[in-house]
Amino acid sequence: MSQTEFKPVLLGRIGKPDSQSLASYRADGGYEALAKSLKMANTEVIDLVKNSGLRGRGGAGFPTGLKWTFLPKDVQGPIYLCINGDESEPGTFNNRVLIEEDPHQVLEGIVISSFATRATTAYFYLRYEYGRCYRALQKAVDEMYANNLLGKNILGSGYDLDIYLHRGACAYICGEETGLIESLEGKRAWPRIKPPFPAIEGAFRRPTVVNNVETMACIPHIINHGSEWFQSMGVPKDPNNPRDAGSYGPKLYCISGHVNKPGLVELPMGITARDLIDQHGGGVWKGRKAKAVIPGGLSMGFMTNAELDTPLDFNGPGRVGCLGLGTAAVVVIDDHTSMIDVLYNSCRFFEHESCGQCTPCREGTAWSTKILERIREGKGKLSDIDLLMEIANSIGTIPGTTICGLADGAAWPIKTAINKFRGEFEEYIKSGQRSQSLALAGAH
Amino acid sequence: MVKVKVNDIEVDADPKDNCILAARKAGVEIPHYCWHESLSVVASCRMCLVEVGETKPDGTVAMGPKLVPGCQTPIKEGTIIRTDSSKVKTSQQMTLELLLLNHPLDCSICDQAGECYLQDYTYKYGKAHSRLDEPKIQREDKYHIGEQIALFTDRCVMCTRCVRFTREISGTAELQVVARGSHEEIDVFPDTPCNNKLAGNVVDLCPVGALCSKDFLYKKRVWWLKHADSVCTGCSTGCSVQVDQNDNKVYRLRPRENPQAQGHFMCDEGRFGFKYIHDERRIKYPRLKAPSATTNATVRSTEPSDLTFADPWPMVLADTRKRIQTAIQNDPSGFVVVLSAFMTVEEAYLLASYIKGIDSRTKLTLGPIPIVGSDDLYPKGPKGQSPAADKVKFTIRAEKCPNRTGIEAILRHFEGSVIQAESLGKSSASAWFVVGGYSSGWVNEKIDQAVGTPSLLIVQDIFPSPLSERADVVLAAGSFAERDGTYVNHAGLAQATHASIRPPEQARADGRILMDLAGRAGLFNAMALRKEIGTKIPELSAIATGDLGEHGVRLAKFANRPAAAKS
Repeated sequence: MSQTEFKPVLLGRIGKPDSQSLASYRADGGYEALAKSLKMANTEVIDLVKNSGLRGRGGAGFPTGLKWTFLPKDVQGPIYLCINGDESEPGTFNNRVLIEEDPHQVLEGIVISSFATRATTAYFYLRYEYGRCYRALQKAVDEMYANNLLGKNILGSGYDLDIYLHRGACAYICGEETGLIESLEGKRAWPRIKPPFPAIEGAFRRPTVVNNVETMACIPHIINHGSEWFQSMGVPKDPNNPRDAGSYGPKLYCISGHVNKPGLVELPMGITARDLIDQHGGGVWKGRKAKAVIPGGLSMGFMTNAELDTPLDFNGPGRVGCLGLGTAAVVVIDDHTSMIDVLYNSCRFFEHESCGQCTPCREGTAWSTKILERIREGKGKLSDIDLLMEIANSIGTIPGTTICGLADGAAWPIKTAINKFRGEFEEYIKSGQRSQSLALAGAH
Repeated sequence: MVKVKVNDIEVDADPKDNCILAARKAGVEIPHYCWHESLSVVASCRMCLVEVGETKPDGTVAMGPKLVPGCQTPIKEGTIIRTDSSKVKTSQQMTLELLLLNHPLDCSICDQAGECYLQDYTYKYGKAHSRLDEPKIQREDKYHIGEQIALFTDRCVMCTRCVRFTREISGTAELQVVARGSHEEIDVFPDTPCNNKLAGNVVDLCPVGALCSKDFLYKKRVWWLKHADSVCTGCSTGCSVQVDQNDNKVYRLRPRENPQAQGHFMCDEGRFGFKYIHDERRIKYPRLKAPSATTNATVRSTEPSDLTFADPWPMVLADTRKRIQTAIQNDPSGFVVVLSAFMTVEEAYLLASYIKGIDSRTKLTLGPIPIVGSDDLYPKGPKGQSPAADKVKFTIRAEKCPNRTGIEAILRHFEGSVIQAESLGKSSASAWFVVGGYSSGWVNEKIDQAVGTPSLLIVQDIFPSPLSERADVVLAAGSFAERDGTYVNHAGLAQATHASIRPPEQARADGRILMDLAGRAGLFNAMALRKEIGTKIPELSAIATGDLGEHGVRLAKFANRPAAAKS
């Protein structure tokens, strides 16, 4: 399927008048997938999702169907489904659009997924800042209860489900799977040590599945159109890599930064960053060139202009040294921008958002920010570059020094910026210049 | 038991052990801050990162690709732990450098210096220089954090041991982490300081100098302190403690881990309750009040200014012995001995065997047992309620004496039964030998009336009381810190306690007084006496080994009881 023919799936109803209402959603065939799934065995639904190759849209790209199968088979008592709507990766806004404009699509996915996982309670963890999302969701949930789409005996199937909307407390770390669970339980969002994984012991010490909003939005379409349809989009498995699960389906790409037309577009997986920026983002602004591009949210690190032909699927960004596809939030940085300032901004964000539990992340993120602050004031030393690299290399789950991946997200921008723009850092430090953006301090 | 290899040293470990414990069995230290045996695992300090692998069935070794926390990683047959690889060492250096980034390095004025894990680990695993060029984050000290605790915020390494202690052991949950990232701090809610009865433990738990005991603050550098293994006499739990003293002054008590007794902790009542041993009012000199009718001894002042009376003991004891013998001769069944539950088993044995040796018709009784309230169980529930019996992790007992069980065993052997001295009422006994040693006023109306004004009253005690005021002989005795001997706790655990200081002025430890009084040859030796007692008294046969070890031994009668401590 070529891109020109591609008709948006997840965003198909966006922009329609009254797209948030149940009536309008039903008029477009909404909740047919739910009715269909409720007539299937829950294991059939899991198999369908598993066969579709759907991978989690939250960042790590873990196969969704496989995650569901990790739940213990003979479990007494409740299973919980948590929806991760704590969308806080810088540059990411796909969940927001999905929830604000078409909440029923997400909610239908949640009911089907809950049915498949035998969950009788779903917790929708929504970041606090998303007030409009919250109101849209609450309205949609009320409509569903009134129409037997939630509560007892949904659509006469005998299946019961309740959904709770939980507004988070404005912290990046609440988007981490187990941080979210802790926060949901009313505690500090300190990610848990694993094992036990949430599928065995999650929210309130019960088996729990945590899925992203966009993942949920994909579910009704997979039920309606089947797994083959889903696999007709995207990038197939790499035959040379037995561990590759493929990058199938439609994906929402958030485009922001120095482009003419920032926004959210839906495309089959695998478009290159260059095509995305030029064809869908209106090109780099002011006629400039892109210096660096963040492929999937700040924590994935940077691609250079020369690397822009990398396909944005689950494997592409990794091949050019980035952490992964992440949330597919593409942020463009033009060639007038200092990478020192960009990296400083990145470090400052992760310093602010580090939960403070593990020593390497707590201290490492703060230290790298301090070093960059000093460099920006013109007091850098050439040895600072290696020190930054050493800090970046020694924090995160990949060396094994932290509990969760936040530190990896903090380290990758440092590693990729220095590896790919080392010359700029050296020149900057040698020149002893002060950052021009210091004059803007306090402006944001 | 499973076989694991730690740096090529093969060792048998418990499958329930984590890597830290398994390595310890191999004599290898894995440094750690946040992990503590009796608290939940959080694996957040990342000091204990090690390389772990396994031996495949075909004998090959497969090491994991990442470093893993030794505290969180379980072991199984064939687990390989490496703590000496360059990967591990680099990680340890980096973690220490990071921990010290915002640390003020104020060791010279820090109470913890000398027993600080930041110092120790930095010497062993860290590096000499920090690469931090920027100013450190400065934080306010928090003296308000508890009545007994001060928080030096900038020294904290955020291991959260203290927070977990108040949540998991005391159940009072006063401490918490506030703020986030490198700005986070330990704090309490406004106006709810950490004043629970176990609060002092957070000072011991703190691996660095962040939480300090206000009581000990700036009193002594720790390297001047000498340590003696002892037993807390505050209640019948009998917590194993360490008495830290310098120049004959006790500065602090700290719990000594003993899974048989109390676990890792002790209560503040015991921790800070030792001050009485240095009280000015203590009886410091033996005294003969009136001349005995049968001797020509005169009343002598034993004040220190009287240099002519340097050592009063030989005369006092000789006189006392004569009076006892005379009194028993005159009225054997009218001679009553009151043994105190603050005496050690050895002391009680010496006195009992001496008196019964003169005449078996004499009567041995048990002194008052101080009971205050009811047993205080921890962890407390959210509303302060006691935990269910199987969830108890610490108990402060209502019985405020250390050795009722041991003294009762002595009484059963020599007297046949346990007679409460208080139950004697206004007795017709003509002579009394009363032993005290209690930490506070213990002479109640009942015992006062029971003793009355006999023809001979001997009081062996550490504080003046109505009885010592009218006693014919006052023997200045020793406190728990001045005694060697054995205490048997509520659960029949016989623990050895060791003298750490000398009694004040001319006072003497009870054992020494009683050895001389009984005319036994040689010096008081608890170990030798335990062997003698163990062979003579079946109920106490367990202590016949003499050496009770660090953790003590259980009396046979109590052998089936579950271990007292879970914490």
